[in-house]
This record gives sequence, structure tokens and C-alpha cells, in this order.
Amino acid sequence: MSGLKRRFPLGLAILTFLVLLGLVPIIIRYVNGLGAISNLSDGRPWGFWISFDLYCGVALAAGGFTLAAWVYLFRREKYHAVARPAILTAFLGYTLVILALLVDLGQPWYIWHAIIYWNIHSPLFEVAICVMTYTVVLALEFSPAVFEALNKSNLPLVRRINWNMPLHVQHAIQIPLVIAGVVLSTLHQSSLGSMLLMMPETLHPIWYTPILPILFFCSAVAVGPAMVIFEANISSMTMRHRLEKDILSGLGRAIPYILGLYLLLKLTDLGARGELSLIFSEYPINLLWWGEITIGVILPIILLSITKIRQNRAGLFWGATLVVAGLIFNRFNVSMFALSMRPGYNYFPHWMEVAISVALVADAMIVIWLSYRLLPISREDMVASEKG
Amino acid sequence: MSKSVLYDATRCTGCRACQVACKQWHDLPGRPTENTGTYENPPQLNAYNLTRIRYTELEDNGRLRWIFAKLQCMHCEHPGCVEACIVGALKKQENGVVTYDEAKCIGCRYCQVACPFGIPCFEWDKPVPWIRKCDFCADRLNIDLKPACVTTCPTGALKTGERDDLLLEARERIAAAPAKYYDHIYGEKEVGGTSWLYLSPVSFDELGFADVGTDPVTVNAARAMRLVPPVLLGVAVTMTGIYWLTRRKQKMKQLADEKAKRMAEK
Repeated sequence: MSGLKRRFPLGLAILTFLVLLGLVPIIIRYVNGLGAISNLSDGRPWGFWISFDLYCGVALAAGGFTLAAWVYLFRREKYHAVARPAILTAFLGYTLVILALLVDLGQPWYIWHAIIYWNIHSPLFEVAICVMTYTVVLALEFSPAVFEALNKSNLPLVRRINWNMPLHVQHAIQIPLVIAGVVLSTLHQSSLGSMLLMMPETLHPIWYTPILPILFFCSAVAVGPAMVIFEANISSMTMRHRLEKDILSGLGRAIPYILGLYLLLKLTDLGARGELSLIFSEYPINLLWWGEITIGVILPIILLSITKIRQNRAGLFWGATLVVAGLIFNRFNVSMFALSMRPGYNYFPHWMEVAISVALVADAMIVIWLSYRLLPISREDMVASEKG
Repeated sequence: MSKSVLYDATRCTGCRACQVACKQWHDLPGRPTENTGTYENPPQLNAYNLTRIRYTELEDNGRLRWIFAKLQCMHCEHPGCVEACIVGALKKQENGVVTYDEAKCIGCRYCQVACPFGIPCFEWDKPVPWIRKCDFCADRLNIDLKPACVTTCPTGALKTGERDDLLLEARERIAAAPAKYYDHIYGEKEVGGTSWLYLSPVSFDELGFADVGTDPVTVNAARAMRLVPPVLLGVAVTMTGIYWLTRRKQKMKQLADEKAKRMAEK
């Protein structure tokens, strides 16, 4: 524990600094408008925030529903220990998406209009409703950790309340919650792809396909376990708790199958549309396609199929990191690089755009760090709280 | 009952009176622009310029030839922006006009991304920004006036009317002077048809118009959205089924274990 105390203040100070730095452009935005802090324009109305915070943020939070389904519906109870951190990061991921939208939207104070003015034909409406509902579902899925912590708390008022009651309630609705989470995730992970279906003229034909929603869902399912492996490694390095190696390599074993299916879908689709030749002829944009496929699909399939690499801590970590990097590459391709701009414009993210996204990620890291310190999250904590 | 405007590039002189009339009617401020080396001004549509004339310079028998094109919202028959808008702030009205309702908009800018013609613009310099685009002077139409740009056009390059009538007239104009016109009415079939129709002396490719195909841009997204209810139901049922199966398996195993235990005790 003494190690923790010495190590963290510096890291925490850096994170706090990044959060404060992100507040500056946010204030400028509300005074001078979006043009003052971003390089967004009528030619590129959606930029770094949508690509990174929305498209990558939602996909990288897929660990929440994949793990919850695996543990509670498929009853692979061995993986219980990594489900809670996965649900926490998913919840934070979605919170970040919503916070980022509060900067990106022109009228963030009217964000609730999405609840009262329905346009059921809009894929974005589906995304909005699912993200809102699923954030609540994730909060409820994670709530036992908070109630357990409160139960053991010695704070004057808190200890008088019977925290077992909400725990029992949560326990009773747990399975419906998990099912709701899987349904909502399936819908909005795929509808992020449906959103791009509206751009048949501007999205490059290597990427534009009617099955985009299916590809989006498939890649999200693949990145879910990869993200859990990635985070577990990072948190065990920084928090110095034990790493569940056999659990993680079990997760790693599933990834090549899902990625294999994804690759098969992508190639079959290109073939069926008669546009397979584009990946060779469309220089230089085909390099982006080869990049995302090599980094995020082919290499991880090879690495994680080899038992020796999968059971090696570093091998597993880098395999998972490649999947995550490849997914980010893919989401940037479809929502930015391969999406053509109006003629006469160009775009490179302003440093303040990036600063806001960095601040939000730093925010999440602070919350994760606090949660690990205050709430029963890792395996040891959970065992302790069950005994206690 | 679909209002349309026919723009005939052979009659346009590039005087830009339509731009001025539009600004006046919509009370839009003037903004300084920079000379970009052509007569075009402003160089782009934006929140303060809902229409503009594009000047295309072509070489014709060794001589420079100017051809003009008026750009503004096309008021599509199947508008991408209307389908995209999360709150239904953009609406295709019965008279063919695509209107925008500030009271609903949340500023997500999906309409800008979803527009195949790159028309809707955003007030990037305002802390409380809205979307701006040509509204076909819907308020003028309601009191039986023509749009400001059409009223002001001195050469008759712009003409309002019912879409079907204007299509007929456009075809007649082409038939009467086939040498003068390129044989195509842009907007008749593009993205499923638009309310603004264009006649040109040269190909629309040369005029810088996008080849957008004849399918509405909304086709694939609409198909995906129709699949939402069955997917919702399907996933919910499958997941409940899986839960039921795994729980049953677990219970059977428990029972078998207990039985084995009892047998062992006996």
C-alpha cells in the first residue's frame, strides 16, 4: 500500500492538470462558439469528437455487454472477476460519450429534445435512446459495488441505512438488466453503422456497404474482450493487484474466432458487391483499409491463435492492444478519412479539440483510480466483501 | 402539389441579384470575403449565404466561356437531412419545401453530413448556433408570393411552378433548341428527384454538379431501421432462452450431484 501512496500523487496530478486544461476550451466554446476551439467547418461538420469520443468510445465500451452476457447469461462464472471492472469502464465510456456531446452539440442544453421529439427514422435517434437507456442500465449493473461499499462504511449517517435492501432489489432484477444491456448494445453498436448508411455518395465504396451495421456489431463484440484484457493489464501494472492470467487468456482464445468471422464478412461483402479489386486499385486510400485489417484483424488472429503467445502475459497484452488499435483505426476510417469533405475544405483537428477529448479520458481514469481505492472491484475485494 | 423552381443556365447572366434578394429577405448580415481569383463571391455557401452563383470557366473554340449555376438547397423528394434529423426539426412539407424548425434542433449537424449536395450550414461563430439553409422562402409561399430569388431574377432564368409542369416545360425547351441545351434535366431523377431542376448548355459534370445517382440516399438506412424491431425482439428472446438453458443445465447438475451424494451416503 505504501507503494500506492508514493506512486499516485504524481500520476493523479498529471491527470488533474489534463482535466483542468480541457476546461479552458470548453469555456471558450460556450462564449465564442464551436468555431473558436475547433477546425470543424461546413465541409467537415463531424470531426475528432465524433470519430474518437462517439465512434471509438462506444465500441471500446463493448466489454461491458459482452462480459455481462458471458458471465450472467452463458454462466461462465470463471470470468466473474473481470466482469465488474468491464462494466465500470463501459459505464465511464458512455458517460464520456454524453459529456463529449455536451461540447460537440450546437445546443447541448436541448439534448433532452431527443427524448420528446422522436424521429424514429433516424439512426441517430436510435443511438441516442439506446445510449441514454444503456447508461442507466450500466449504472444499475454496477450499483452493487457501491452498495457493498456503503454497507461496510463507517460514516455517521450512511451506516444507519440498511444497504442490503437495494442490494436485494438489484439482485432480483439483475438478469433482466443484463438482457436489456445486450439488446440495447446490439442495437446501438450496429446503428452507429446505420448512421453511415446515409452517406452513399460521400463514404468511399471500400467501406460503404449495406451490411455496415453488422460489421460494426461484429467488430464491437471482438473488441470487448480485447479491451478487458488491455485494461486488466494496465490496471494490474498501476494498481499492483494480481492479474487473472488464465481468465484473460481464456478471453483471448475467443477473439480469433470473432475476428475471423468479421474478416470473412468484410471480404465476402466486397466480393458480393464486385468491388474486391478496389482494395488493390484505389491507391492511396486502400492503404488505410490494409492498415486497419493488418493491425486489427490479421495480426491478432495469428498472435492469439498461438497458445504459447496467448498464455504469455506480454503476448496476450500486445495481441489485445492490436485489436483495440485496429478498431480505432477502422472507426476513424469510416467516420473521417474515407468520408469525403465538401469541395474546398480541409480538416486537421485543432489542439483544443484533442485537449477536450484527452481531458475526458483523464476524467475517466481518475474515477477508475478512485473506484479501485474505494469500491470492491477486483477479485480480492469481492472475495473479502462476500466473506465480510 | 409540389412546388419547384426551374433554373435555366442559358438564361442566367451571373448578376447575383438572387444572392442579394435572399440576404435581404432573410435579414442576413454581410460578411467580408477574400478574392479567390474568380468572380465568385462568396466562395462557399455558409450560414450567412444561403444561395450563391458558381462561375464555371470553360474553354469553347479557343474562347473563354462563363457558365453559371445557382446553388442552394435542392429540396429533395426524399431528403437525407429529414431522415437523418434526430428530433425531426427538418421536415418535408406537403408543398415540397424542406423546412427547418429551430425550436427542435439540438445542433448535432447530422443533416450536414447526410446531405448529398453539401448544403446545410452551421453558425460556427455563435455561442448559440443553429443550422441555416435555403427554406424556399416558405413564408412567402404561404402568402402566394414567389421566393425572393425568383421574384428578383431579371432574365427569367428562374421560374416557379408545379414540379410536373416545370419538367414538361424543361423538356419543351430542350426539344425546341437541342443545340443550345445539354439533353438532361438535373434534379428530375437525381437522388430520387429534387424540387430544384436545372437546365444547362454543357454537361452537368463540366458544370461541377455531383453525379449522385438516382436512388434516394435514404434507401439503405431506412432498410436498416426497419430491421430494428425484429432485431430487438430476436436478441431479447435468444438471450432469455440462453439464460433459461444454462440455468436448467446448472439445476440438473445440482440435482445429479445431490443424488450421487445421497447414493454415496447410503
